[in-house]
Amino acid sequence: MLATVLAQVNPNGDDLFVAQNITFGVVATVMLVSAWRVVTTKNVVHAALYLVIVLAGVAAQFILLGAEFIGVTQVLVYIGAVIVLFLFGVMLTRAKLGDDETVVRERRFMAASVGVLLFGVMAWAVIDDYRDTHVDISVPSTTALVSDSIFSQYLIPFEVVSVLLLAALIGAIVVARKD
Amino acid sequence: MLLNEFLLLAAALFCIGVYGVLARRNAVLVLMSVELILNAVNINFVAFGAFNKTVAGEVFGLFVITVAAAEVGVGLAMVLLLYRNRKSIDLTEVDLMKG
Repeated sequence: MLATVLAQVNPNGDDLFVAQNITFGVVATVMLVSAWRVVTTKNVVHAALYLVIVLAGVAAQFILLGAEFIGVTQVLVYIGAVIVLFLFGVMLTRAKLGDDETVVRERRFMAASVGVLLFGVMAWAVIDDYRDTHVDISVPSTTALVSDSIFSQYLIPFEVVSVLLLAALIGAIVVARKD
Repeated sequence: MLLNEFLLLAAALFCIGVYGVLARRNAVLVLMSVELILNAVNINFVAFGAFNKTVAGEVFGLFVITVAAAEVGVGLAMVLLLYRNRKSIDLTEVDLMKG
């Protein structure tokens, strides 16, 4: 049924990925609404929970682009660890758990105009440059390819990142400890 | 799929994050907005990686995720220190260096 409809809409049968496009649209809409709630809600815990939806949406976009490893890493690191850190931060700083009227600063109209201007410039540049460029998502990049690349071509950046993580770990402990 | 769809989504996420960084006064919420910005950049990395048929975008996306995790750890430690010294994490009250 759907195939016949598609054949009529798109008689050439070129790369019109309808299922992917619908998935993209739904996920992107949910992500944008949730992101908007993250920056406007007056409840700090609700903001963290809306951030979970945005991060899961980003993971879904990665899967849609055929990047399985970074999608799984996104779920593990962001939804698993970073959100928990944020909730700890909310708890330790004793932010008001209910509605907090002082969350939004009075400069928000200036901030909104900066955001809208920035989006206008970026959207214009992107649309102007990549008008009809298609991205081929039929060949996913597997975990084996990614690991081969990390442990050969990008070995030194990888080691630098691990040293950075160690430095951040020690730095966080030194900054936050009571003495 | 069009490359534009992903780039426009990332641009919108980025701008929402910028709005959050500028408009919020709770330090934890500012850090959350920074996470939105970093995720928008990651979508761009992976989209361009898929477009160029290389895993380099994915690898650098992984590096960004790592740096973001480190940033959240250190950032929340600093917010905690701020709270301990000032009993508040309102960024408008952190103005000791104002001329």
